[in-house]
Amino acid sequence: MTPIGLSPYLTVGAVLFVAGVVCMATKRNAVGILMGVELVLNAANLNFVAFNRFGKLGLDGQMFALFVIVLAAAEAAVALAIVLNFYNNHYTIDVDHGEQLHG
Amino acid sequence: MDLVNLQTDIVFWLVLAWLLPLAAFILELLIGSRFGKYAAVCAIGGIGGSFLCSLIACFLWLQTSVTSESHPESMATHSITEGIASTPGQMPAANHADDVYQFATFEEHPSENDVSSHHEEHDSAGHDSGSEHHEAPELLGMAGFERPLYNFATFGESSLGLSVYVDGLTIAMFVMVSFIATLIHVYAVGYMHDELHEFTDPEVVLSDGNPLTRPGRFPRFFTYFSLFTFSMLGLVIAGNIFQVFIFWELVGLCSYLLIGFYFERKTASTAANKAFIVNRVGDFGFLIGLMILWTSFSSFEFTEIFGQLRGPLDTETHRWGEMHYDQEVHGLILQNTETGAAQMDPETQNPRTVSYYLLVAAGLGIFCGCVGKSAQFPLHTWLPDAMEGPTPVSGLVHSATMVAAGVYLVGRFYPVFTPEVLLVIAYIGGITLMMAATIAIVATDIKRVLAYSTISQLGYMMLALGIGGWVAGLFHLLTHAFFKALLFLCSGSVIHATHTNEMPQMGGLRKKMPATFWTMFAGVIAISGLAIPGVLGFAGFYSKDEILANALAFGKANPQHMILFWLPMIGAAITSFYMFRLLFMTFFGKPRDQHVYDHAHESPPAMWVPLAILAFFSTGAFICWVNPAASAGLDGKVPQILHDALPFVHSNTTVGLSGIQFASSDAVHAVHAQAGTLALIMAVGGAVFAYLFYGVGILNPSDVQRQFSPIHRFLQNSWYFDELYDWLFVHPTHRVARWFSGLDRKGIDWLIDHSASVTVMVSRLNGAFDYKIVDGTVNLVAKLVYRLADWLRVIQTGQLRQYVLFIVVSTIGLFMAIIFIANK
Repeated sequence: MTPIGLSPYLTVGAVLFVAGVVCMATKRNAVGILMGVELVLNAANLNFVAFNRFGKLGLDGQMFALFVIVLAAAEAAVALAIVLNFYNNHYTIDVDHGEQLHG
Repeated sequence: MDLVNLQTDIVFWLVLAWLLPLAAFILELLIGSRFGKYAAVCAIGGIGGSFLCSLIACFLWLQTSVTSESHPESMATHSITEGIASTPGQMPAANHADDVYQFATFEEHPSENDVSSHHEEHDSAGHDSGSEHHEAPELLGMAGFERPLYNFATFGESSLGLSVYVDGLTIAMFVMVSFIATLIHVYAVGYMHDELHEFTDPEVVLSDGNPLTRPGRFPRFFTYFSLFTFSMLGLVIAGNIFQVFIFWELVGLCSYLLIGFYFERKTASTAANKAFIVNRVGDFGFLIGLMILWTSFSSFEFTEIFGQLRGPLDTETHRWGEMHYDQEVHGLILQNTETGAAQMDPETQNPRTVSYYLLVAAGLGIFCGCVGKSAQFPLHTWLPDAMEGPTPVSGLVHSATMVAAGVYLVGRFYPVFTPEVLLVIAYIGGITLMMAATIAIVATDIKRVLAYSTISQLGYMMLALGIGGWVAGLFHLLTHAFFKALLFLCSGSVIHATHTNEMPQMGGLRKKMPATFWTMFAGVIAISGLAIPGVLGFAGFYSKDEILANALAFGKANPQHMILFWLPMIGAAITSFYMFRLLFMTFFGKPRDQHVYDHAHESPPAMWVPLAILAFFSTGAFICWVNPAASAGLDGKVPQILHDALPFVHSNTTVGLSGIQFASSDAVHAVHAQAGTLALIMAVGGAVFAYLFYGVGILNPSDVQRQFSPIHRFLQNSWYFDELYDWLFVHPTHRVARWFSGLDRKGIDWLIDHSASVTVMVSRLNGAFDYKIVDGTVNLVAKLVYRLADWLRVIQTGQLRQYVLFIVVSTIGLFMAIIFIANK
């Protein structure tokens, strides 16, 4: 079995990233958008780890990945709080209704 | 008692007398408004204390009389001072005035080198004087002396400061001023009681037709009074002419304040201004005189100036020497004030001199100030108007203070006046006395009659001083002060009772106001110069006699100036006439205005008691004025004090270019009886005429008025002096002022207006540039930014999903751009 190289990882990461972005761009549900964000972050994590393994990043990649995970958790907590507040104000979590700050 | 200590004591009491009214003034100034009625107590305390101090000084002064053997105590003085003088250590510390003036008869200056020769001279002089005592007249008091008080500034060898000069004149003036001022203060308490509460001034009508009602000014009145007497006493005690000038101005200020006391009345404020401005005219001459004196003598001290002109004071006779006119330098050689030697200029070794004409100019300048203050002929117009002040003010101004200052200064500065100046003084006095007397005949305002009589009497004094009758002039100043104060206060009492100044509305008041009538009667007799010869004399009789005797003697010595005798002689008749006219019109006959008569009442004791005291002194029938037993007037204590203060005796070889001969005292004595008789006849004649006109009505005044109507009009308008001055000075001034105001409006204002419009134009341009260019640029930038922002706001939709798309699209765009650029 030939060892898997860098490219498949990057490919998977790119797919994940695109999937996350598309999710963010298309979902109207705020929770769905948060999920898209998680996908994007994890795509980045996959790249970090892959570069740790194959690139010159060394342990730094792993460290970054860990940081991103922690960050993602924190972000999810804050974002869910925002969503809750949004719901309190609008009785919905459809982000298309959150357009009061338009120009 | 040691004479130096005695002098110090006299100076102490005099300075105390001088400063007490100042203390009262300061007290009233600070807390007077809270005093109310007690402001008067404060003022009377000040001036009364001042009078007591003056009396003490006077007694001390008389103690030093240099007398013959009949007064043993003075011999004791003699030996004691001799003993002290011989001990150099006990001499007072170096004070040049002391060195010069004090009793060189008894003392020797210890620092002199040639003691022996001087000592002998003085010893012999001393013994001679001892043996000559029965010939030499007994001298009351000591020689005039000077004490420095305070130094303002020193310029090289000259210095400027306050000092005290004391001689018999100072003492006499102090007693007179403080005494009369005390009485007038007391009188004013009664007269001014209206001012204690709210005061309604019927003569000031407000725009709503009601009379003005204002808070009373009782304390303020006494504040001014205290300052007034303080200033006058300061003027009298002054040891240098500069100090005189300071107090001269203070007296002027106080008279201004007091004449304008009812300043809401237009007439009063105008009169106050007039008094002040007319006096300024005189002071202009005074200032010129001061400048000449300072330049010529580098000193203002009396003793310095007199000493430099006339050599040291003769310690035997207490008189200054003669002026010595030097043909070569056409002037006088200045003398050393101690030795009498000529002063040498240290550089050129020439004697220092003063030009004779300069001296004449200085004398005329100083006299010019006196003309203003004493209301003499060209500058007399302020005095009648000064009647606008309350009557006690008039009494004080006309007797003891303001107008006395001018006569006093002429007397004090006598040694500097050259015969020419004295002649001018005499003629000014003569003109004044005649002019004022004629005006007084037709005046109907009771105070106005008295005002013109004051001017007339001041003319007598000036005339007396001018013809060499120094004692006569100043004696008249003293006696006049008493009876003029009396007359004014009496008139005040009448006005107080009748509320009118017009004599035609009075009449028959004798029964209503007996005290006022009898005191005024005494005053009228005194000023008219009536007397029962040898039995009862009134003050004015003696002093006026003395003046007329001097005038007659002078006229005999200088026949071309005989008019200087006839003027006062005729003036005496007129004086008597208008004074009795006043008396008859006011107190005799039937009441002309029943309402006024019914309203009249006797004044309160605070008013008539001072009147009684003044009347007592005006009669003069006691030793204070004249010894009635003596035939030749000058025997009383007061004239004796003045006589011994006489600064110098004119010799027949006087300096001067006009060739005037001054009469000797023997010549005066020789004609005394003749002059006195003539004067008495004149006075009786005047009184009889007044009786015929106004007493019994045999002659009808209105007939005479019609017959001489041009003259009557001329006199009633005071010789048209006010009109003349209006025409001469006021109108030209107005014209010039109008011309200048036209220049101002048409020339200067035009220039200013146009420069202003140019400025406005430039500012407008400037403003346009600011608005259009500077602000325009700034606004344009702002507008552009706004447009851009307005255009960009379309992108901000608020749609989250759109934003994500934007991010994606722009990231892709960025990458594509980088790839594109990198591949290029």
